[in-house]
Amino acid sequence: MAAKPIIEVKNLHKHFGEVRALNGVSLSVDPGKVVVIVGPSGSGKSTLLRCLNHLEVESAGEVWIDGIRLTRDQKQINEVRTEIGMVFQLFNLFPHLTALENITLAQKVVRGRSEAEAEQIARAQLARVGIADKADVHPGQLSGGQQQRVAIARALAMNPKIMLFDEPTSALDPEMIKEVLDVMLDLAREGMTMVVVTHEMGFARAAADQLIFMDYGKIIEQGKPTEIFNNPKEDRTKLFLSQILQH
Amino acid sequence: MDGPHGDATMLEDLESLDTQQRDWRQFPWWLLGIFLIAVYAIYIFLTRPSYQEAFQFIMIGLGITISTSLYAYLIALVLGLLAGLGRISNNIVIKNLATLYVELVRGIPILVLIFYLALVAVPGIADAIPGISNDNISLNFRAIIALSVTYGAFLAEIFRAGIQSIGRGQMEAARSLGMSYGQAMRHVILPQAIRNVLPALGNDFVAMVKDSSLVSVLAVRDITQVARLYAGRTFRFAEAYTVLAVMYLALTLILSFLVKRLESRLEAKGGR
Ligand SMILES: Nc1ncnc2c1ncn2[C@@H]1O[C@H](COP(=O)(O)OP(=O)(O)O)[C@@H](O)[C@H]1O
Ligand SMILES: [Mg+2]
Repeated sequence: MAAKPIIEVKNLHKHFGEVRALNGVSLSVDPGKVVVIVGPSGSGKSTLLRCLNHLEVESAGEVWIDGIRLTRDQKQINEVRTEIGMVFQLFNLFPHLTALENITLAQKVVRGRSEAEAEQIARAQLARVGIADKADVHPGQLSGGQQQRVAIARALAMNPKIMLFDEPTSALDPEMIKEVLDVMLDLAREGMTMVVVTHEMGFARAAADQLIFMDYGKIIEQGKPTEIFNNPKEDRTKLFLSQILQH
Repeated sequence: MDGPHGDATMLEDLESLDTQQRDWRQFPWWLLGIFLIAVYAIYIFLTRPSYQEAFQFIMIGLGITISTSLYAYLIALVLGLLAGLGRISNNIVIKNLATLYVELVRGIPILVLIFYLALVAVPGIADAIPGISNDNISLNFRAIIALSVTYGAFLAEIFRAGIQSIGRGQMEAARSLGMSYGQAMRHVILPQAIRNVLPALGNDFVAMVKDSSLVSVLAVRDITQVARLYAGRTFRFAEAYTVLAVMYLALTLILSFLVKRLESRLEAKGGR
């Protein structure tokens, strides 16, 4: 019973002038699966993620989301993006809005929800990520961990089918990493399809169905996390894992 | 911000007056100068009837000066916002048109622009549109158009800089939530950008009030034109131009003060 993949990437290339950020990446993710991407800095992890919701447009190759091939058509991409939540390393909350307003804005503007409905959903999402009491606070007055949880709530309020995380804990103080990872673990257990770029190997072990190691804009190795942790086949994977697991 | 407007320094010095230590080197002596001029002006005004008479005559133009500046500024805000957005547009045609507008205006003296817009461009456009006669367009209206087209280009640069000061991540976050470019601009980027450039916008309003004196060349009866008429009729040049200068000074000082107030109120309300 092969489920139809919700994300399909076929031979993806992305060039920035001379820089080949992606060099022929193919990838398929089934609904409800969690994929963790690791790899050295500059290996193309963010670019791959950003191609999935067309924050970057591929130079060659195809991206299919839920059976639809992404094109340059703005209307289409806006629709696809409402199905894909994205969480950024630096949170990118809207600083002029309160936590609640951060979460209601796109619901109203994009989903066309009423103020009351959007607010109700926003409050439920804030409660889910454990900061119901911060609804009326501006991002500048929240800790990094709290900001990132608001950002996750903001994405979830749109009822996405897929969530993308680009190093969501890399900018956080160590004591705040867990509160964000816990939210992500819950989400994974609830069956959200997730693509996560992270160096938190504990999260990968606990949640990932598939671990992907990237380098030089290519997928070097992929498989079950335990397989790759316990006996990586490629030398580059071994080297990278030995470096990262030292920490 | 580059441009012909130096009012920011006055505000900074005003600020340093009440926050800095009273070192005599630091003291803004020139402000004392302004104060003395004001005192002297009031003294003359109270003691010499000829100055009172000049003042009463020139006051007639104050309404025109203020209304011309206000209307022109409101139109310039719209033009500036559109041109500022145009400058950063991905559409090459729009981008180049906006840049052409800004560079044209910046390359021509304001006085020449006012002549050209009011006496060549507006009549030309009026003639081209059937049903509109050039004769029906008042000089006051032409003056407003000329000033607003000129300042629209200055404000465009302010808006552009403000928008570009907002990090890329804001647009990306908004777009990743499914907002269109326009929605992201309107709800996420512009509210932050405009707040950042409010002081600059305020300074340009003060600058525009001063530059509104140039519309007197169109025989618009603002305070400058009225003062010229008065001087020409009575040969009391000292009275006419002293009163005129003091009136502009008072206007710009009051406006600078209001801009400053607005700014600090926004900072207090900032909540970040
Ligand atoms: N907008 C861009 N312009 C130019 N080069 C870019 C841009 N984005 C990424 N790159 C380059 O592409 C390569 C891959 O970047 P990225 O996907 O961010 O890597 P990672 O997320 O794995 O650290 C790097 O060499 C980076 O410098
Ligand atoms: Mg990255």
